[in-house]
Amino acid sequence: MALSYLRSSSSRSANFLKPLSSAASLRRPISTDTTPITVETSVPFTSHQCEAPSRSVETNPSELLTFFRDMALMRRMEIAADSLYKAKLIRGFCHLYDGQEAVAVGMEAAITKKDCIITAYRDHCIFIGRGGTLLEVFAELMGRQAGCSKGKGGSMHFYKKDSNFYGGHGIVGAQVPLGCGLAFAQKYSKDETVTFALYGDGAANQGQLFEALNISALWDLPAILVCENNHYGMGTAEWRAAKSPAYYKRGDYVPGLKVDGMDALAVKQACKFAKEHALKNGPIILEMDTYRYHGHSMSDPGSTYRTRDEISGVRQERDPIERVRKLILSHDLATEKELKDIEKEVRKEVDDAIAQAKESPMPEPSELFSNVYAKSLGVESFGADRKEVRATLA
Amino acid sequence: MATSFHGVGAAVAALSSSPSNSFDSKKLLCSPRRSFPVRKGASFVVARSDGSVNFDLNPKARRAQQLIVNAVATKSDSSPASSSSKPGHELLLFEALREGLEEEMDRDPRVCVMGEDVGHYGGSYKVTRGLAEKFGDLRVLDTPIAENSFTGMGIGAAMTGLRPVVEGMNMGFLLLAFNQISNNCGMLHYTSGGQFTIPIVIRGPGGVGRQLGAEHSQRLESYFQSIPGIQMVACSTPYNAKGLMKAAIRSENPVILFEHVLLYNLKERIPDEDYICNLEEAEMVRPGEHVTILTYSRMRYHVMQAAKTLVNKGYDPEVIDIRSLKPFDLHTIGNSVKKTHRVLIVEECMRTGGIGASLTAAVTENFHDYLDAPIMCLSSQDVPTPYAGTLEEWTVVQPAQIVTAVEQLCK
Repeated sequence: MALSYLRSSSSRSANFLKPLSSAASLRRPISTDTTPITVETSVPFTSHQCEAPSRSVETNPSELLTFFRDMALMRRMEIAADSLYKAKLIRGFCHLYDGQEAVAVGMEAAITKKDCIITAYRDHCIFIGRGGTLLEVFAELMGRQAGCSKGKGGSMHFYKKDSNFYGGHGIVGAQVPLGCGLAFAQKYSKDETVTFALYGDGAANQGQLFEALNISALWDLPAILVCENNHYGMGTAEWRAAKSPAYYKRGDYVPGLKVDGMDALAVKQACKFAKEHALKNGPIILEMDTYRYHGHSMSDPGSTYRTRDEISGVRQERDPIERVRKLILSHDLATEKELKDIEKEVRKEVDDAIAQAKESPMPEPSELFSNVYAKSLGVESFGADRKEVRATLA
Repeated sequence: MATSFHGVGAAVAALSSSPSNSFDSKKLLCSPRRSFPVRKGASFVVARSDGSVNFDLNPKARRAQQLIVNAVATKSDSSPASSSSKPGHELLLFEALREGLEEEMDRDPRVCVMGEDVGHYGGSYKVTRGLAEKFGDLRVLDTPIAENSFTGMGIGAAMTGLRPVVEGMNMGFLLLAFNQISNNCGMLHYTSGGQFTIPIVIRGPGGVGRQLGAEHSQRLESYFQSIPGIQMVACSTPYNAKGLMKAAIRSENPVILFEHVLLYNLKERIPDEDYICNLEEAEMVRPGEHVTILTYSRMRYHVMQAAKTLVNKGYDPEVIDIRSLKPFDLHTIGNSVKKTHRVLIVEECMRTGGIGASLTAAVTENFHDYLDAPIMCLSSQDVPTPYAGTLEEWTVVQPAQIVTAVEQLCK
């Protein structure tokens, strides 16, 4: 799975076996166990213009533990980013994804790295899901050289070309036409891959989305539009922004599926279904019913437009990590302590990455002028004092 | 600057008598060769980018001080001196664009064309005629009228390595795609730390046409010029149209190619062999000693028309078609300024915030010590382009105004 290389050098099963009592040596190596388990999703899928996939999802212990670990890592990363922001090490905009982790991990479980993902500015966890490292995340957030965009992009501009993660976009909705363009390129090159273009309930009201959807449906593009509906477009609740908040139906002639976005297995099932559909029949819309615990961004407390009871209610009843934890425990795939150990491990990883990122230097001044163009044009750029900063734009 | 042509404008209006004022824009599309009535005994300038220039010094031209309403079109038998030693073949500017596009599509299977009516219709200005039949619907794509999204899709496709050529039916329509062009096209290479290149070409006709109305007569080069990360070029002859089109497609950077509605029917003899024009280079149209006139696109022809008059009056203007609007070719421009010490900029953008304004600043900053007089910049009026023919003529710079400006500059 995506985060496998983030493990410490000792194998995962060894971690479980090491600190435990003798009972542990009798335990089967759960981390590599692929015996299929069938789990029912929390709620059935609701569909529009298509047949909903089955509620029963096939998974296995290895996958469930990966889900747990990956989501715990994402959760810890976002909370750490919160602290870093308050410590003024991260500046500008910082949009946190905690609460929505199931969408990222469920999607990755259903697709390959050859499929493309493009999203908006709440992109930290998707980047991790695509194979990005914690160091790249924290370094980019702090504007350091080791960042995935060399410190020049920031929170809203994470990209990973080699695993087909196309960002990371600040303008609401603008990534959807880009995503349909990716799907077009996939069709043009006959890749048999699909593109997932993620957007929020706020962006769902953008005209360019419907324009792009129309073109995708006309040209039969393998585009999957995923609405991460966390019910608030910054401070505006969905019912105040959309006459029809049934986002999965808004495609009209394009089929849609409504999914419980807090259930990683439901997300995985839906994405698998969507991929098959898109390769045969063109675009499809997935609406992930999810929730963000933080406000829209770090400058938004998140409590002026919704009650604290609502937030804690969702946290108690629908939290994605808790759901997977309960699944693992009920199927006896790991003990409470083992799961807690994973969380501790993950916390340490995050802390280590932050420490390493803090040591990465700020970009060189010459980086101001690099990567403006794809190759040097000999174009000169000047600072305020023409004699002082003089560079050739590359 | 502005005052100089208020006075001239009135004088010019009095002289205006050409019947071709009532030119119908529809004719532009349907009957290419008939579009530009040629006056008897008129002489034309055929300028080549290799620097050789041919023009007829016709004393009768002094008489014809009238308003030049047409862009100058070269007839096939215009001047015997117009053929260079290369055989080549003759074609119109829109055919040159098509030839360039077709050659690049043959050469690289990743090149595709997207735009409104580019496919089955053949292109609203016939630039893409025949390409859909040859390359199929997946490479020449008819889009719905949705500039924002299909420009975005072109950029998304370019991120993966495809090389789309996005056509705006009229440059003005690309205002709807401004966000995509500015944020995604221009900036993605930078914000991704160099991971993605966007080898897209965005092209289309712009400029003041023949009574097309305010919304269809826009000069978008002034709006796009600040976007970091893009290149902008403007073509003006069939030779450089084909060359710039090919260079733009081959470039790894996003390039915006500005064509002009009134120049599509210019005819010229171009070489048979493969050639491209340097995207960042300016073209020396007419070398001279007294004053440097910087211009581009349609205004080049107004300038050359004025140049004939100026030569008769004893001036020796150096005319440079800057071609590269972003970045400016300060090397060629600088050498010229160092020689002549006087600069006149003639552009079609509006006075406020146009290419001329930026060029004035760039030349002043870089070559101030070489200037004997302040830079003069003749631009279009800061008004929406009116529909009425006479008013429309006064919106753009006319050759008589250019002549007056040079005389003032060289006093």
